Amino acid sequence: MSAAATGPLAGGLARGRAARRVDAAGWGFTALSGFAALLIVAMVAVIMGNIVWFGWRAVTWDFLVKAPAEGMTAGGIFPAIFGTAALVVLMVVALVPFGVGAAIYLHEYARPEAWFTRAVRFSVNNLAGVPSIVFGLFGLGFFIQFVGRGMDRALGLDVVWGQPSLMWAALTLALLNLPVVIVTTEEALRTVGHDQREASLALGATRWQTIRNVLLPQAMPGILTGAILSVSRGAGEVAPIMFTGAAYFLPYLPASPTDQFMELGYHVFVLATQSPDVDQTRPLLYGTVLVLLLLTFALNLTAILLRARLRARLAGRS
Amino acid sequence: MSGVPNTIAGDRSTALARRGRRRWTEAFVSVVLRLCAFTAVAGLLLIMVFVFREALPILTDPEIQREASIAKFFATPLWQPVGDVPKYGLAPLLVGTLKVVMVAMLFAVPIGVLAAIFASEFAPPGAREALKPAIEILAGIPSVVLGFFALIVMASWLQGLTGSVSRLNALNAGIALALGVIPTIFTVCEDALRAVPRSYREASLALGASRWQTAWNVTLPAAAAGVAAGVLLGLARAVGETMIVLMASGNAALVSASPLDSVRTLSASIAAELAEVVFGSAHYSVLFFLGAILFVTTFVINVAAGLFVERLRRRLAGA
Repeated sequence: MSAAATGPLAGGLARGRAARRVDAAGWGFTALSGFAALLIVAMVAVIMGNIVWFGWRAVTWDFLVKAPAEGMTAGGIFPAIFGTAALVVLMVVALVPFGVGAAIYLHEYARPEAWFTRAVRFSVNNLAGVPSIVFGLFGLGFFIQFVGRGMDRALGLDVVWGQPSLMWAALTLALLNLPVVIVTTEEALRTVGHDQREASLALGATRWQTIRNVLLPQAMPGILTGAILSVSRGAGEVAPIMFTGAAYFLPYLPASPTDQFMELGYHVFVLATQSPDVDQTRPLLYGTVLVLLLLTFALNLTAILLRARLRARLAGRS
Repeated sequence: MSGVPNTIAGDRSTALARRGRRRWTEAFVSVVLRLCAFTAVAGLLLIMVFVFREALPILTDPEIQREASIAKFFATPLWQPVGDVPKYGLAPLLVGTLKVVMVAMLFAVPIGVLAAIFASEFAPPGAREALKPAIEILAGIPSVVLGFFALIVMASWLQGLTGSVSRLNALNAGIALALGVIPTIFTVCEDALRAVPRSYREASLALGASRWQTAWNVTLPAAAAGVAAGVLLGLARAVGETMIVLMASGNAALVSASPLDSVRTLSASIAAELAEVVFGSAHYSVLFFLGAILFVTTFVINVAAGLFVERLRRRLAGA
């Protein structure tokens, strides 16, 4: 009798205990996931705090407009800023037409199941995953040794093109950033409604006229986003330009695409690892890091805001 | 039109001419755009061809094989590329890469995946709004800056914590690398979790499951392929990442199991040595061979990640 009474009761108690255990596990799981999120925020705060705290004093007007002095233990970083700007301008000029063209092709012309389309999409995806140091090797092996040396031989020159330079570094970075521009431009084209394409075509405009006069103006913020994102990535990438054009130190500014150049990211690397006197260069190092970060973030923020506006338009349409 | 203003024939011929011109423009534009799209294919192919081409002498050139060949890569446990008798043993580099990547994934996978679950399942709006910009900022920090932070700041903290002999070691580089990889894992995982239809969650909650039970038993399994893709993409980035490990790992080519020893990775070896190498020498080919290893490894991982993404899309589309 007593056994019959305790059976269900015991079962109920066990179930209750199990439920409490499950609840504890649930609470633990939720807390753990919150902790992971908190950890990320904290780490970002620590890194940013550290850099801003030790960097802001170093960033003076002189620091921004003067060249390094006394074996890079004093002076400023103007040549690195100039070199970075020259690099990304050349990169964007080479990159944007191809990236935008490819995106227009993929979104407006290509049949999704055609083998060529699939080959392009496959390449874009995997190009984005190639390690940046491999781009550096490629730049050296292809642009400098193959194309550059080849041009020198063909033109009967001494070594003009077949050496590391601003142009080869910019082209290497352009290839690295090609997927960024293609993906963002395609996203922008997606925000232009079908009705507008059809209206334009119905009025007798050709495909190209529709693209030029209807699609491109509307996709402009998206194209701009892609270009800005690629600039921000290009400004911070060091591995691809180490062997294709960036210089340790130069007493002059690059005057032509065949010159070498100084660059902010590479300058950070040089100051951090090759300095004869770490304590003395530390303020310069922190200052350079802060300038590089501010540059990247300003660009990223612009891109994020532009993209948010674009996404709002997309959401409004559907 | 101006020459023959009043004849229909004139009108027609200019209209025809214009239409012909237009058709020609259309054809021209479509070819140009196709060529633009082809640059992506050409780029990937050229990378493959030119990295492999410079690495090829290791397999074909007897002159270079006297110094470096596949057999020699594994005949010696030493990586001493500079010296009277250069030794190109890959073991220290492979072990070093494996160690750093394992440390990085050990930190990055739990943090990235859990934070993604938090952001998509549990987070109150305020917490989400703090987390997203933090991830965007982390993703925007150039790897050379993470390397700098690990080298100058974090290495000292970790040395104080662990009492390790070498200040720069696999643990230091691995944690810095985790910082570089977390945004990739987080973003891909969160996208996958968000792509799970609301109806899944609602059905589970309506059956009396709690929110974490829903997340663990319903949402996460439904998005599993996307989570796997995120982890793989993070892995590929960790294997190929250069500046962080170059600056934070100490770069000593040792074969050891301890994460507190200094390590030299494949990518860092290329970055550290290529500048001083003689064009066409054995060392030059060996470094391109390392690049080829990196290319093939990351390529395979990325293709696998792509398959997972495809599977997720089909699964959620079929739902």
